[in-house]
Amino acid sequence: MSPLIQITNLKKAYGIFTVLHGIDLDIAEGEVVCVIGPSGSGKSTLIRCINRLEAFSSDSSIVVDGVTVGPGKALAKVRAEVGMVFQSFNLFPHLTVLKNVMLAPMRVRGNKPEDAERKARELLSRVGIAEQAEKYPGKLSGGQQQRVAIARALAMEPKVMLFDEPTSSLDPEMVGEVLDVMKRLAGTGVTMIVVTHEMGFARQVADRVIFMDGGRIIEQGTPGEIFDNPKEERTRGFLRAVLNH
Amino acid sequence: MNLLNTFFNIPILIETFPLLLSGLLVTLEIGVTSIAAGLAGGLFLALVRLYGAGPIPFFAKIYIDIFRSIPLLVLLIVVYYALPFVGIRFSPFVSAVVALTLVSSAYTAEIFRAGIEAIPHGQFEASQALGLSGRHMMIDVILPQAIKIVIPPLTNNCINVLKDTALASVVAMPDLLKQATQAQALSANPTPLIGAALIYVALLWPLVTIVARLEKRFGGEKRP
Ligand SMILES: Nc1ncnc2c1ncn2[C@@H]1O[C@H](COP(=O)(O)OP(=O)(O)O)[C@@H](O)[C@H]1O
Ligand SMILES: [Mg+2]
Repeated sequence: MSPLIQITNLKKAYGIFTVLHGIDLDIAEGEVVCVIGPSGSGKSTLIRCINRLEAFSSDSSIVVDGVTVGPGKALAKVRAEVGMVFQSFNLFPHLTVLKNVMLAPMRVRGNKPEDAERKARELLSRVGIAEQAEKYPGKLSGGQQQRVAIARALAMEPKVMLFDEPTSSLDPEMVGEVLDVMKRLAGTGVTMIVVTHEMGFARQVADRVIFMDGGRIIEQGTPGEIFDNPKEERTRGFLRAVLNH
Repeated sequence: MNLLNTFFNIPILIETFPLLLSGLLVTLEIGVTSIAAGLAGGLFLALVRLYGAGPIPFFAKIYIDIFRSIPLLVLLIVVYYALPFVGIRFSPFVSAVVALTLVSSAYTAEIFRAGIEAIPHGQFEASQALGLSGRHMMIDVILPQAIKIVIPPLTNNCINVLKDTALASVVAMPDLLKQATQAQALSANPTPLIGAALIYVALLWPLVTIVARLEKRFGGEKRP
């Protein structure tokens, strides 16, 4: 079976500063991949290339579910299939929680309002915030907002979910509620790529852990391989630094 | 007493009041038409300046800079008195509306642009990541937030347009000012002018206080 996401020779530079040095990465359908690594190593850039929030070099290629990611018509199709959750939530502040979740299915998929609302309420109760549906995002806690953001992305019924440090801007007491939602999601067969500093989550949920540094994949493997038996010195150094603070 | 008779002659005011009101109606017609057209034109200009392809943003910027530099009175006279030489002949009403709209849309474009640029980048990214088209991103996500920010400066611009309608009297438009000067000539008394001034103030004072209140309400709010 061909991989759901096929990344070949992914290069990205800002001016003369190269952020990604030709990354090759295949991700299978249903796989949960956690990307770890020091700040500035290119983790966000990597996943933001997948839905082309960042443009990348023209000799690179990303194929998602058979569709080549590039400028033009096909991009809309890719973006509809790829959900994304941001560190800073990015909910739409002028819309209620419910409307936040309903918007894309109505506008992109052409769902009827009744159907979009039914699905939105279902998703909101799945992430545990059904009672907040009529509120505006500004009235919610960070953890609640991030769960709405997850519901909003899921409402498009994406094949792939990208998470860019979804718990990094949360107060510590709210990290757990978001990780719980993500753990349950991982059990449903959605393909997930999660950039995270939550090593416990990565160890418990990931099928594969990728360690990046300096715009390259340094090492990848099962959580056991990476956390218990890292082969590369840089991986060992990074894990020592994050696990002993 | 003499002074009051000269500048605030009640019988003359009563006599000329219907004339002033008809002038006010014309002023409002010119003003509202120009404001509406300026809003539409300004939004269009802002969008093509920000997102137009190729050289379009450059030309939008040139337009905006030119029409913010040219004195409205000069533009109005060019439109009404100069264009006929090249065969373009507008009525006084159309001349006034065209001149006011050309200038208003340039100012409005800059207001909208500032409003759109004030929206956090994450709002654009979240919209794109959801697969929204550029049009839906603007209509459903960006503009509703931007418009809230630009209401005070837009209201300010409305005030300016309404004031500037008085210039239409130089192209023989029977607006409030023109009617007042005519009534003054007929009655040989400046009272109608005072009446017109008071009507302008009565019309615009509420808007001025609304802007002040809106600026206080929206101004202090800093976005992330
Ligand atoms: N818009 C930008 N302009 C210039 N450099 C950037 C920009 N965005 C990111 N970078 C640089 O690219 C590198 C990788 O960034 P990023 O992918 O955000 O890393 P990570 O998510 O691993 O912390 C960093 O060195 C960062 O400074
Ligand atoms: Mg990052």
